[in-house]
Amino acid sequence: MEFLGLDLPSYSWQTVLGSAISGVFLGSIYALVALGLTLIYGVLHIINFAHGALLMLAMYAVFFLWKLLGLDPYLAMLIVVPGAYIFGYGLQRGVIGKASHGRDEIILLVTLGVSIVIENAALFFFSASERSVLVPYDLDGIDLGVTYAVYPELIALGGSLLITFALWLFMSLTDTGKAIRAVAKERQGARLVGINVDHIFAVTFGIGTACVAAAASLLVPTYAVHPQIGYLFVLIAFTVVVLGGMGSFIGALVGGFLIGVTEQLGRLYLGESMGVITISVIFILVLLFRPTGLFGQRSG
Amino acid sequence: MLDIQNLHAGYGQMKVLQGIDLNIQQGEIVALLGSNGAGKSTLNNNISGIYEPTAGAILFEGENITGLRSEQVVQKGIIHVPEGRRIFPNISVRENLELGSYLRGQKNRKANLDRVVGVFPRLQERFSQLAGTLSGGEQQMLAIGRGMMAEPRLMILDEPSLGLSPLLVEEMFGLIQDLNKTGLSFFLVEQNVMQSLEIADRAYVIENGKIVLSGNTDALLDDPELKKSYLGV
Ligand SMILES: Nc1ncnc2c1ncn2[C@@H]1O[C@H](COP(=O)(O)OP(=O)(O)OP(=O)(O)O)[C@@H](O)[C@H]1O
Ligand SMILES: [Mg+2]
Repeated sequence: MEFLGLDLPSYSWQTVLGSAISGVFLGSIYALVALGLTLIYGVLHIINFAHGALLMLAMYAVFFLWKLLGLDPYLAMLIVVPGAYIFGYGLQRGVIGKASHGRDEIILLVTLGVSIVIENAALFFFSASERSVLVPYDLDGIDLGVTYAVYPELIALGGSLLITFALWLFMSLTDTGKAIRAVAKERQGARLVGINVDHIFAVTFGIGTACVAAAASLLVPTYAVHPQIGYLFVLIAFTVVVLGGMGSFIGALVGGFLIGVTEQLGRLYLGESMGVITISVIFILVLLFRPTGLFGQRSG
Repeated sequence: MLDIQNLHAGYGQMKVLQGIDLNIQQGEIVALLGSNGAGKSTLNNNISGIYEPTAGAILFEGENITGLRSEQVVQKGIIHVPEGRRIFPNISVRENLELGSYLRGQKNRKANLDRVVGVFPRLQERFSQLAGTLSGGEQQMLAIGRGMMAEPRLMILDEPSLGLSPLLVEEMFGLIQDLNKTGLSFFLVEQNVMQSLEIADRAYVIENGKIVLSGNTDALLDDPELKKSYLGV
């Protein structure tokens, strides 16, 4: 098969579909990482460079809960997600918000600084070696005909969809959710109805961190943990956020799936290392033809 | 009810308010008149905790509320409907109103919502519309409605008639009088000098951050100074 002058291998439709389905599973985790990022961007208007480091930290937490207490990585969510919320809340309220004096360019540098601190601390305490959680069911799964889906993949997809839906419900139905959306656009108006804006910012940052911790739980059964693991996912998550539209939940979800599928098809046709490059190509095409992303607002 | 004593405030190095003395009694409508840049909105923002005064005191029902955070001021029942409305453009009209009772008036949200749409039926027709897509007049109704949701005891209105058609302005002043009859006190900043003086009990005139004239509205209407500078007669 030839495409743009490249000589691509030919595959049966079953192989292609199977590859696309595994892309959907992978994409669901990208979506969850991107969800936290897009929420924080949408409300605080900052690009959180610490997001990857927080993912890595949460993965270590899941790993050690398994290693030391024998806790199943999915059950660990019950501890890691609330823990991450509190950590994220404190990080925004105590460090990022305080250090930045409300200036966006400083916030950017502060989040970058936080990520460097966390990564170096991880290197120091945990060393650069890879650590893996072994779950007894990591190779069990369901035969989908064109492909075999292992339980960790199925749980990742189900978990991501469930969490995205739950977050959407929270944002639509609760006063705190409405306040988060209100603060995103009109801070002074928010203060005048009695919303504590600093608190809501920290809540938002906490929720974003909780999302990334949930993603960590879903990742650990299939990905080894090491201090640099955050980069891989967060670079992709940035792409997802831009592709989906900065600040858009549905964009994060659809963007996550698109990127996951693209990456897997890229792997299939162009080889392992080219998978990630196809993502970058998509990224550039989106910026060229639809800079606001698929679901982004045109202005403001 | 509200007692402001020798209030000084500004922005960084710039001094705006230079010793404001002003009070509002329970059940009154008090108007604040003054030309552009005189410091009216600055005064409001310092009362409601958006900014912190540099000197002086603000007492509400005898309690010192100087320098309290905005959410603490809201909790006391001082609700500020600001200049430029400051509604939430990206959420629905209904959600805007609900957030009006984010802190205060939560318990009676349902009843208060009914009351607000009773006053502004237009808002109900646009309940699920994003607030940013409302017309200017509708946005002003929403801003006042959102304020009413918090069961205010003192309502600060900063140029509520700005951008409204003469008919709507008329309606709005009528509404203020109606709400006032239910016991709500008002601090009303207005450019519509004539109409404000008609409904207000007392008025203050501010110039360059200082109160230069104050008194009962009937007396002020006859004041030659005020006539000359604000009524153009
Ligand atoms: N956020 C701010 N930062 C710096 N200066 C400000 C700020 N807001 C207002 N000022 C200045 O303070 C002075 C008083 O402004 P203020 O908004 O209180 O006037 P105003 O009486 O409300 O006028 P208007 O009738 O035009 O609304 C003006 O000189 C204005 O430029
Ligand atoms: Mg003003």
